[in-house]
Amino acid sequence: MTEEHAEAHEHTNYIKIWAILTFMLVLSILGPMIGIKWVTLIAAFGIAVVKAAMVGAYFMHLNIEKRYVWYMLFTALLFLGLFFFGVSPDVMKAEGSNWVNHNNMPVATEEVGHGDGHSE
Amino acid sequence: MAEAVTTAETTEGAHSHHGEPDFWSKYIFSTDHKMIAMQYMFTGMIMALIGGYMAYVFRMQLAFPGESVPGYGTVTPLAYNSLITNHGAIMIFWVAMPILIAALGNFLIPLMIGCDDMVFPRVNRLSYQIFLLSAIILIASFFVPGGGFGGAWTAYPPLSAQSQYNLTPFGAPMWLLAVALEFVAFLLGGINFITTTMNARAKGMKMYDIPIVVWMIVIASILFMASVGPLIAGAVMLLFDQVLGTTFYNPDAGGDPVLWQHLFWFFGHPEVYVVLLPAMGVVAEVITVFARKKLFAYKTILYTTFATGILSFFVWAHHQFIAGIDPRMAHIFTVTTVLISIPIAEMLFCYIATLYGGSIRLTTAMLFALSFLAEFLIGGVTGIYLGASGTDIYFHDTYFVLAHFHYTFFPIAIIGFFTAIYYWFPKMFGRMMNETWGKIHFWGTIICFNGIFLPLFVLGMGGQHRRIYNFNNFPDLATPEMQDLRIFATWSAVAMLVFQIPFLINFTVSLFKGKKAGKNPWNANTLEWVAPSPPPHGNFAEMPVVYRAPYEYSVPGREKDYWPQNMPD
Amino acid sequence: MSFQAPLATSRSVTGLPTGRLAIWWVVVSEIVIFGGLIACYVMFRLRHPEWGEYASHTSTPAGALNTFVLLTSSLSIVLAHQAAAAGNLVKSFRYIWCTIGGGGIFLLVKSYEWTTEISHGYTLFANNFWSFYYTATGLHGLHVIAGMVIMAIISIGVRKGEHLPRVEYIGIYWHFVDIVWLFLFPLFYIAK
Ligand code: HEM
Ligand SMILES: [Cu+2]
Repeated sequence: MTEEHAEAHEHTNYIKIWAILTFMLVLSILGPMIGIKWVTLIAAFGIAVVKAAMVGAYFMHLNIEKRYVWYMLFTALLFLGLFFFGVSPDVMKAEGSNWVNHNNMPVATEEVGHGDGHSE
Repeated sequence: MAEAVTTAETTEGAHSHHGEPDFWSKYIFSTDHKMIAMQYMFTGMIMALIGGYMAYVFRMQLAFPGESVPGYGTVTPLAYNSLITNHGAIMIFWVAMPILIAALGNFLIPLMIGCDDMVFPRVNRLSYQIFLLSAIILIASFFVPGGGFGGAWTAYPPLSAQSQYNLTPFGAPMWLLAVALEFVAFLLGGINFITTTMNARAKGMKMYDIPIVVWMIVIASILFMASVGPLIAGAVMLLFDQVLGTTFYNPDAGGDPVLWQHLFWFFGHPEVYVVLLPAMGVVAEVITVFARKKLFAYKTILYTTFATGILSFFVWAHHQFIAGIDPRMAHIFTVTTVLISIPIAEMLFCYIATLYGGSIRLTTAMLFALSFLAEFLIGGVTGIYLGASGTDIYFHDTYFVLAHFHYTFFPIAIIGFFTAIYYWFPKMFGRMMNETWGKIHFWGTIICFNGIFLPLFVLGMGGQHRRIYNFNNFPDLATPEMQDLRIFATWSAVAMLVFQIPFLINFTVSLFKGKKAGKNPWNANTLEWVAPSPPPHGNFAEMPVVYRAPYEYSVPGREKDYWPQNMPD
Repeated sequence: MSFQAPLATSRSVTGLPTGRLAIWWVVVSEIVIFGGLIACYVMFRLRHPEWGEYASHTSTPAGALNTFVLLTSSLSIVLAHQAAAAGNLVKSFRYIWCTIGGGGIFLLVKSYEWTTEISHGYTLFANNFWSFYYTATGLHGLHVIAGMVIMAIISIGVRKGEHLPRVEYIGIYWHFVDIVWLFLFPLFYIAK
């Protein structure tokens, strides 16, 4: 462990970070109770991102870690994004401009239909 | 220099402490990177023989449908499916991966970057043990009731997910489990390779002093790690579909079979570059040594490797052009697929430019390296035909595709392996292989290889589909002309297998009787040739220090035509 | 059987201790594993608005409690690391076991949730939503268990003052497991 590393640890007040995280947790539960869709989304996922970033930065010490570690993690996330955008047109959408994917049209009986008898 | 002294002491201490290691700790539970490399290599070679035997059986069935195959018996349709499935899976996951990535990575990385072992030797040993377990599970799956899995190495659901379709209630989950364990083994190995190369290089070895093959293995490990994740999750989902009866991929119950195709190929396409890159690296080492010339454009090769690696993540859906994917995506994936040929071609040009004006020595290793360039070129060029979604509508799932990827995989897995083994054998075992027998092996293998797969291009263009048990059931495909080509391909395959016998004999005899090799029989520059042959535990008596880039051959004004990396002046 | 670490392990060309570098690569590979699973779930979830209805049968209070437990255990493991770095072994040991306890509470809550859900008929097979729910939380739970086991092993070393940097490495892993949960929580418990 390097000198500055050890020093930086002392500067972070972990309890404070933890208190902020807990506060945000409360927000992320209360937000959706209002029942407005965009508030729910922001409260649920926006706050999750912020919390994750804080855990990463202060608890995992990414704030004082070498830069390229951050790039490594971020690249993994980029590839995931790529995966999502390459796949979602097939899995999520059944039609677009001038084309229809019949295989992928939602089945009307979807909630009930099970095919192999595993419904309760 | 201080470091070197302390090392000498530590290695010394370790030795006296252990005394003479017994058989088990020396060969079976060793943590030494070279021994683990050998374990991977021999396991890979045995698996290659099994995979080759399978190919022999189903090629015989295709040439002489319904007749009893010598050494096997009559091939049933189910057995046929299982044979082709496991042939493909074995050759990729249990031959190409362990030999090119794990065996070469383990053997070469610590030696070439000048350290005594991997940074995590016990994780390394664990990696091999998991790999061995996966191979055992795979082989056991052939003997369970219902037989081995037969739903193709791509394991598309619903065929792979539901045993009422694939008829292998035990074979299918065991196959999947074996593949998943193999992935875990290579994740562990990969982390070791990457960390070792990043952190444990010899003093003085800067980024651009790392030999190309090490770069390539490390980049391949990173590609593997980044692409396999979703598939591991997907494999768990498929396993649940198979054994528990969930419906992730079952369209009847709201699941999505195309999702598996995406998961598979999001890994599967980068995977082909995962195996390609180490082979390219081996070829780079060999041609520069035997052309006695500096590797042309080291940095360009490196940058094209990065480009290939990144682009390889953007092309996967070219395997699904007619699977009912979003047509807009087909456009994008056509463009990216054609784009990826650019860096690959550039890399090949750099290799050819290395040869230009060199004083070429046609050793067996060099012959294999040169044939790699020629044969892989055919594979790469036919890839472009397939990458254009328009032509692929016709070519998809025909023998044209099959010939395409054998013109890529064979150079990678087989030619790449032979290049490496003929070149590094002296370092691995301290003895030389016989060159005459090597050349017989070379010509036999290469000529027969083309004899197998060139006819398959023709058959594929004639509309012959893959994964068909007996072409006599299809009047269009049962013509005598087509059957003649099939028979020709089959005899070539048999001949090629026979030509491996000289290799196996040469290999075994040279192990014990070969001419003793010195430290540096090829007059090469890289650090592994500084260590004794074979290198002892701890590799170097004194840890080397690096003074220059790895490919300084025929430097004007120097008496010798090579200039080892560790030589101060 | 004594094992002597090679010289290679002690080298540090990048300036990062080898163990920490490796654990970052572990995290990279785990990101794509969990990320792949989550990406698949999100695609299905967006295509099936009716899954919001299913999600309302998961227990938000239990999920929230578990989020709190994990966040707190993250705090305790980082304090364990701080204590180890300061040479206070006893304190570090205690904090590690606090973290393991946190993992234990998490698993208890989790098993309570699972049993109630299963007893209401929401099993792994009820429909794809529940299949994803059990697969994702189950995979995450396995990581929690693995983390607890490794921490228990490391704590023995801490007692003797050996391998202290390992406290930091397991911490990084534990925080990662925490972060995964931070996303599973809104995905399965909040978004309805
Ligand atoms: C690194 C060398 C390569 C390897 C190892 C390789 C391997 C493969 C494999 C195994 C398949 C068939 C998979 C299956 O359906 O079972 C395949 C198909 C394909 N390859 Fe390659 N390939 C390589 C290079 C290329 C290149 C350079 C291109 C394009 C520029 C390309 C384009 C394609 C396309 C489009 C297909 C799909 C064909 C179809 O299924 O219709 N490949 N390749
Ligand atoms: Cu491909």
